Amino acid sequence: MFSNFDFDVIRRSLAYLFFDGMTFTLTLTGLSAFGGLVFGTLIALMRLSGYRLLGRIAGLYVDLMRSLPLVLVIFWFYFLVPYLGQWLTGASRPIRVGAFASSFITFTMFEAAYFSEIMRAGIQSISKGQPAAAYALGLNYRQTMRYVVLPQAFRNMLPVLLTQTIVLFQDTSLVYVLSIPDFLGAASKVAQRDGRLVEMYLFAALVYFLISCFASFGVRRLQTRIAIVR
Amino acid sequence: MNYHWNWHIFFETDPGGTGTYLDMLLSGLWLTIETAICAWIIALILGSLVGVLRTLPSKAASWFSFAYIEFFRNMPLLVQLFLWFFVLPELLPRTLGLWLKQMPHAPFYTAAVGIGLFMSARVAVQLAAGIGSLPRGQKMAGTALGLTTAQVYRYVLLPMAFRIVLPPLTSEFLSTIKNTSVAITIGLIELTGAARSMQEFSFQVFEAFTAATAIYLVINLIVVVAMRLLERGVAVPGYITGK
Repeated sequence: MFSNFDFDVIRRSLAYLFFDGMTFTLTLTGLSAFGGLVFGTLIALMRLSGYRLLGRIAGLYVDLMRSLPLVLVIFWFYFLVPYLGQWLTGASRPIRVGAFASSFITFTMFEAAYFSEIMRAGIQSISKGQPAAAYALGLNYRQTMRYVVLPQAFRNMLPVLLTQTIVLFQDTSLVYVLSIPDFLGAASKVAQRDGRLVEMYLFAALVYFLISCFASFGVRRLQTRIAIVR
Repeated sequence: MNYHWNWHIFFETDPGGTGTYLDMLLSGLWLTIETAICAWIIALILGSLVGVLRTLPSKAASWFSFAYIEFFRNMPLLVQLFLWFFVLPELLPRTLGLWLKQMPHAPFYTAAVGIGLFMSARVAVQLAAGIGSLPRGQKMAGTALGLTTAQVYRYVLLPMAFRIVLPPLTSEFLSTIKNTSVAITIGLIELTGAARSMQEFSFQVFEAFTAATAIYLVINLIVVVAMRLLERGVAVPGYITGK
C-alpha cells in the first residue's frame, strides 16, 4: 500500500510547512485566542452588567455568531473588513487588508462569542459573597472585577478556555477557503504542485492529530493540578 | 460606504441559466438540509454505539471507544474531509478507488459520511456522560431484576440517558448543520457555497451573504423550537425536566 509513496516530498517541504505554514497557524491561534478572550470577557461583563440594553446587544451578538457557520463568517469578514476600515479611517475607497489581519479579526470576533459564554459561566460560578466583600472593602466595580472576580473566574475556567483554544487551533484550518497558506494551506499547495495529495494530507492530518492530542493531554493534567480544593 | 446595494439581484437569472439567484440559494439550502440530516443519522447511530461501549466494564470496549473518540476529535473537520475525499480512494484497491472517484455526487456522500463520523465522536462523548450521570442504583436494580446487560441498557439506562442529553444533542445537531458548510472545500454547493458563487457571479457580496445569514438563523430557530417541543413531549414526570 505504501510502496509508491514518496516520503521525500514531505522532507523537502518541511521548512516551508513549518516555518511558513505552522508559524501562521500558531500565531493566528495565539493572537485570536487572546483577542477573543479579551472581547469575550467584555461581552460577558456586558451581559451580566444589569443594564438591559447592553445585555441585549451582547446577547444578540453571541447568538448571531453562534448560529452561523464559521466558513460564512470568514467570508463575511473578508469582504466586510475593507469597507469597515474605509468607514473608520475615512478613506475614499475600501482599504486593502492583508490575509493575516483579515483572518485575525475574523477569528477574534467569532471566538469572542464562544469565550464570552465560558467567561459568563466562570463569573457566575463565583459566590455572591466575593463581590459583596469587595464592595464592603470600598472597591469600585472596576476594581472588584479586576482584583476579585475575574482572576478567580479565569482560573476556574482555564481548562475550558484552553480546550476551546484547541478547537480554535483546528478551526484556523478553515482559512483554506481564502487560499491563505496556513499549515494546511501550505501542505495543500505542495500537494497540488507535486501531485502528492496522499502523502501531504496524511502528514498534515498526523501533525494536527499529534498537536491536538498533546495539547488536550496537557489540559487534562493541568485540570487535576490547578483544581482548587474546596 | 460606497457599496452599490441591489436587493433585486435575487430575482435576476444567474449566468448558468438554470433560474434566478434565489433558486440558486434555495437549492443550496436544500443540499445543506439533506447533508445535515444524513450526517446526523450516521452520527447518532455510530455515536450511540461508541457512547455505550465507553460505559461498558469491558477493557477492550473502553479502549476502542477511547481511540475512536480521540481519533475523530483531534483532527480538523476540513482535514478529515480531505482524507476521505482525496486520500481514501488512492489507498483502496485500484478498482474500488476508481469506483469511489467516479461515483456521482461524490462530494455529497463524502460530506455526509465525513461530517457524520466527525460528529459521532461528539455524540458519543455526550451520551457516555449522560449514562454516567445516572445513579448507579439504576443499573444494579436492572441487573437484580435478572435483566441482561443488553436489556439493562435497552430498557433502563438508554431511555433516561437520551432524555438527559437531549439539550446538548440539540447543539450538536446545530453544529452538524453549520459544519456542512466546510464541505464547500470539496466542491459541495450547499448554502454557504451557493452564496459564495452568487457573490462571484453577481458581485453583490453583501446581499448574498445577508440572505445566507438570514436562512441560517431561520434554520437554527426552527431546530431549537422543534427540539424544545420534543423535550417537552418525552419528559418523564417527577424529574426536574418533567411536567
